[in-house]
Amino acid sequence: MASTIRVRAVASGDSTEVQSLIQHPMDSGFVKDSKGQIIPAHHIEVVQFEHGGKTVFTAQWGPAVSKDPYLKFSFKGAKKGDDLKVSWVDNKGASDSLVAKIQ
Amino acid sequence: MNKTPDAPDSARRMILKCAVAGGLAGLGISGSAVLSSAYANADAKDWPQEAFKQKSEADVLKSLYGKTAEASDKVNLDAPEIAENGAVVPIAVSSTLPNVTGIAILVLENPFTLAAAYKIPEGTTASVSNRLKMAKTTKVVAVVESGGKLYSATKEVKVTVGGCGG
Repeated sequence: MASTIRVRAVASGDSTEVQSLIQHPMDSGFVKDSKGQIIPAHHIEVVQFEHGGKTVFTAQWGPAVSKDPYLKFSFKGAKKGDDLKVSWVDNKGASDSLVAKIQ
Repeated sequence: MNKTPDAPDSARRMILKCAVAGGLAGLGISGSAVLSSAYANADAKDWPQEAFKQKSEADVLKSLYGKTAEASDKVNLDAPEIAENGAVVPIAVSSTLPNVTGIAILVLENPFTLAAAYKIPEGTTASVSNRLKMAKTTKVVAVVESGGKLYSATKEVKVTVGGCGG
């Protein structure tokens, strides 16, 4: 099973720019299906990024984050070849994680 | 005597192995096959449940940070004037303020005001780009926590097709 997480982390000087795209329905719990029944809320709650054993970014998401959520941020102190770990957990307790190499 | 790994760990190792095999090299990514125990995973305990239930800016900020925000031109909120698709509105927040520890984005006309919050540890740039759902034309408030105080910037986004499927 492929990961739900796609990450591109590029180091430029001391700064690494991270872009991530996570496959997830991010159902808000406000939308009805074709039968008129509410599709229950199903969304990622926390996304965590780690480098060198330290958390470098934490996202706390509600149902208003768009489907297949995209995220971009930058942090300092990493270099090309380092590992960046991304993990998420959703409101149903499902989770996924990925370790990517910084380019 | 070998220790049998817990089922969730086995599942995670399998997911990672499949990710490596799944040819993610095309994205320039090489997944590490080593599950280092030094890495912790995202934890649902980190989710501010109460803050995500609030329906006003003041209540969200009180719940998340215990403070109120003052407007500041050092908070930069990038939001489209008109969002053609309320389901996917690109929003970016950045700040030149020092010692930024958090960023929160509020969509005032949404059923729940808080859309997303971010924790910015030292060494991480005070900037984030994401995409949010907006139910209808609304004010968007970006809040930055800097040096223990809150600063905000507000923009109105006109939404032509609402993001809640309605």
